[in-house]
Parts: sequence; structure tokens; C-alpha cells
Amino acid sequence: MLQETGTEWLSQEVKTGTTIIAVEFDGGVVLGSDSRVSAGASVVNRVMNKLSPLHDKIYCALSGSAADAQTIAEVVHYQLDVHSIEIDEDPQVRSAATLVRNISYKYKEELSAHLIVAGWDRRDGGQVFATLSGLLTRQPFAVGGSGSSHVYGFVDAEFRGGMSKEECQQFVVNTLSLAINRDGSSGGVAYIVSIDEHGTEEKVVLGNDLPTFFDQ
Amino acid sequence: MIKNTQCYRPRTDLLLGKKKKKKKKAKKAKKKKKKAKKKKSTSCTSGKHKAHFTKMATLAVRQSPVGGFSFENCKRNAVLEGEANKVGYSLPAARKTGTTICGVVFKDGVILGADTRATEGMIVADKNCSKIHYISPNIYCCGAGTAADTEMTTQIISSNLELHALSTGRVPRVATANRMLKQMLFRYQGYIGAALVLGGVDCNGPHLYSIYPHGSTDKLPYVTMGSGSLAAMAVFEDRYKPDMEEEDAKRLVRDAIAAGIFNDLGSGSNIDLCVITKGKLDYIRPHDEANKKGVRTGDYKYKRGTTSVLTKSVTALNLEVVEETVLTMDTS
Repeated sequence: MLQETGTEWLSQEVKTGTTIIAVEFDGGVVLGSDSRVSAGASVVNRVMNKLSPLHDKIYCALSGSAADAQTIAEVVHYQLDVHSIEIDEDPQVRSAATLVRNISYKYKEELSAHLIVAGWDRRDGGQVFATLSGLLTRQPFAVGGSGSSHVYGFVDAEFRGGMSKEECQQFVVNTLSLAINRDGSSGGVAYIVSIDEHGTEEKVVLGNDLPTFFDQ
Repeated sequence: MIKNTQCYRPRTDLLLGKKKKKKKKAKKAKKKKKKAKKKKSTSCTSGKHKAHFTKMATLAVRQSPVGGFSFENCKRNAVLEGEANKVGYSLPAARKTGTTICGVVFKDGVILGADTRATEGMIVADKNCSKIHYISPNIYCCGAGTAADTEMTTQIISSNLELHALSTGRVPRVATANRMLKQMLFRYQGYIGAALVLGGVDCNGPHLYSIYPHGSTDKLPYVTMGSGSLAAMAVFEDRYKPDMEEEDAKRLVRDAIAAGIFNDLGSGSNIDLCVITKGKLDYIRPHDEANKKGVRTGDYKYKRGTTSVLTKSVTALNLEVVEETVLTMDTS
């Protein structure tokens, strides 16, 4: 009987049912994520920062199984550290994305996590890479997680090339707000990270400060 | 005479009939080992009394296996289970600690709390078990999930952390314990059912982590785990404030565990607390006996003289000894 009174979630895997998004602008990138971590029907962490630093100017957004995503991010953080010491300069975003892609592809059957890698480097400026299932593709923007399917229409309609940093941040916040409203596995606060050649800026937008749309 | 050997081999060269062959093999093996030894240590004087220990103390008790989960014992387990089922028995289920454990960061440190009930199915197996495990003098860990897994995992990491601390010469950090635990649990892909609340104070201040069986961790100011975690989290969400005083924090943890004890079937008995601050460690067991065994209000014993004696007759029974056996008892 103990098993039936809702303790199955203890043995269920902890997932970050999530909304993550990364957008490129001229001179940098903006990453955004929600903060909900669920195990079954229970929220185990309502303030998790899913934007994990791989290097000073390269971040990745985590989604899928919490353990798998955290482990991939930590392993790549270490590998990128070694790589940047070896080449004696800041690593390229493409290198970071390749490292993530290599792990995702090699352990495709065992892992269930999707990481979006985004950052700024001197050679190519701001870049966003998607690494779903082991592919590597550069995109102007990328969305991921369970909440992303609710906002594909919005991002496809609203994204324009040539946005400024503030417009990108507003675009990211709007997307997160809409996804959080419609997806049960996304919620909490919104974390925004803006990376450009001058530095990295981390921001938190609390739940009641998120923009509201019709019907809210 | 057994000569110095690096490992203990069975003395197969003493088996009848196979003497000569085994001796030659043993001699060849010894020659190889001596050559290997010479390469390692150059400070040995006599050939007979070579040092056994040519390596430093290893940094970890268990060497991490290379590459992924080890499936060695799965076939054996399946065979054992099949044979048990054939005879009509089923293998014993792992004992779980339906539990409430929690932790909170306050002004000077960390407070960990736990209930003390261990259940085996629907029966209470242990009314007063200790769920707050020692990791290092400044780091303690509460464990929920399979009791054996939490015990062994915390003991293994405690041992490795002590070796690590001796190697670095520094007081161990909570982040190190967290990394070791999460890497081990991830390696076993969730098959080790240990959900842990890790807390401690190190050179960077107080830290509190929650670690899940699959290997994900969260660093938070207050965490709860176990079957009673939802009840305890409700208390925390209502009354937690940053930078609380020690007494307030102790009261908060006590109330959170009490909520778990009274509202969850899998948690019960007493409340244990562990207060960790920079200079001091308080392991309070029990902090609160939330469930005291009741005192009987009445008694069915009657005093002498309650009933009066009307008549009394004594009959002697004449018994014959038919058989007499004497059993000696060894009381040495």
C-alpha cells in the first residue's frame, strides 16, 4: 500500500521538463530557461538554473533527464577547460558544441538529454548550436524541452533577423512566459543569460514579473 | 617454505602428483615478479626480504571500474532467483526507509533532520534507526530510499573522502563529497536507490545539497526528501526565512519532520537533529520523542484480600519417579 500512496515518484527519474531557448544577435547570444525540475508529479526544485556555464563566454541550456544533462555539462566543462589550456586561448563555441555532440551521439541509447550550446567567440561572434540526438547544426535560434512544442508557432512568427540585444532579451522572456503558461512541466522563474564580447550577464525574472498576455 | 610473494596463491605445488609442473610455473612466475619488482623499487638490499609495499596508499578504497555498468552479477542473480522460485520461495525485497529527511541553511551553518522509522513492507522493522550518517567531521548526510544503499554509499564516500583529505592536507569540502556521490550514483544509472541530503560547513561557508538516485543534484537553502518530503516541504515553504537563528531553525526542522511523521505512513517515531556550525557539531539523537509509548491508566491485578476465602483443602499428590535423565550444561 505504501507503494500506491504516491511514493513511486521517489524512484522515478528526475526530469527537467523544460523550456529552453537560445537566440543569436549581432555581437552575441541570449539564452533563457525556466526553473522547474519534476520527478513524476512532484516538483523537486522550483528554482533550478538550467543555464550551465561551459566556459566564460559559452553556456549550455539543459533539458531532459536532470542527471544525464548535469553530467554531460560537467564533463564537457572539464574537457573544454583542458582544451582551452592546450590551445592557450578562449575556445570556440563550435568546439564546445562538438564536445557535447560527441557525448550525445556516442551514448545516444543510454542518455536522454538535449543540450543547446550558445556563446560568443572572437572568430564567428555569437553562435547557437543545437545538439539533439547527436547532430550538430548552427541556427539563428533554437528552442528545446517539453515546453518548446507549445511555442514553435510563436517563435517562427515573431523571430526577425537583426534584433538588438534588448529586443532579443524581450523575445526570450516572452517565449518563456508563454511556454510556462501552457506547459505543466515548465514553471518557476525565468533565467536569462546574455553573452557578448564585453562579458556575460545573468538575470532572473521572477514569476510575477513575467509578461502577461491575453487571458492572464 | 613459502617465499615472499606479492599475492597469496594456493599451494598447488604441494598437491600430490603435480609437484614438478607446478613448481616450474611458480618459479617462472616468481622470476617475472622479481623482474617487475626490480623496476619499481631500487632501494631494496637483500633479495629474500623484498618490500611488499611498493606503492603509496591509493587515493580511493574502490578503484572505479573502467567504462559503464558492470553486468557481471546479473546472470548469477537471475539464476538464483529462478532456483528460489522453483522451490517456492521469493528473494527478499530490499528494505526501504519510508522516510522524512530534510535540511536547512541558517545563519551560522546547516541543520539536518530525520525521522527514525525503518519499514519492511507494512511492518516497522526498526523503531529507532539512525538516518543521519557521518561523512566527515564537518559533513553529514541523511539518507532515504533503500536502507542498505544509503548506508554503504555514505560509508564508501566517507572513506574515500578521508583518504582525499589526507592527500590534500585540507578539511574536506561539501562540494567534493557532492561530486563523489553524484558520480558514483550516475555510474550505477539509478540502480542504487539512495536519495541523500548532504550538508556541512567548510572554508566557504555552509552548504546543502540534495542528491537523487540517478545522479542529479541541487544546491538549495532548504531541501526535503523521502516519502514524507511533501509534508515537510509544505512547512518549509511557509516558514523559511534566510539567515535564521539557530533556535528558530531547529524549531523549523523539528516541525517539518513532525509534519512528515504525522502525515506519512512511512515515517514515524522520533526526530533526530544534526546541527553543524563552523566550530561545533551537535548530533542530537533524539531531539524530540514525537511518539512516546502510552502509559496504562488501569491495571487488572487485584490486591490480596479482594475476594474472601470460604473453604480450603490440601490434597497431597504421591508421584513415582519413572525416568530420570541428567543433561549437563556447559557454563564455561
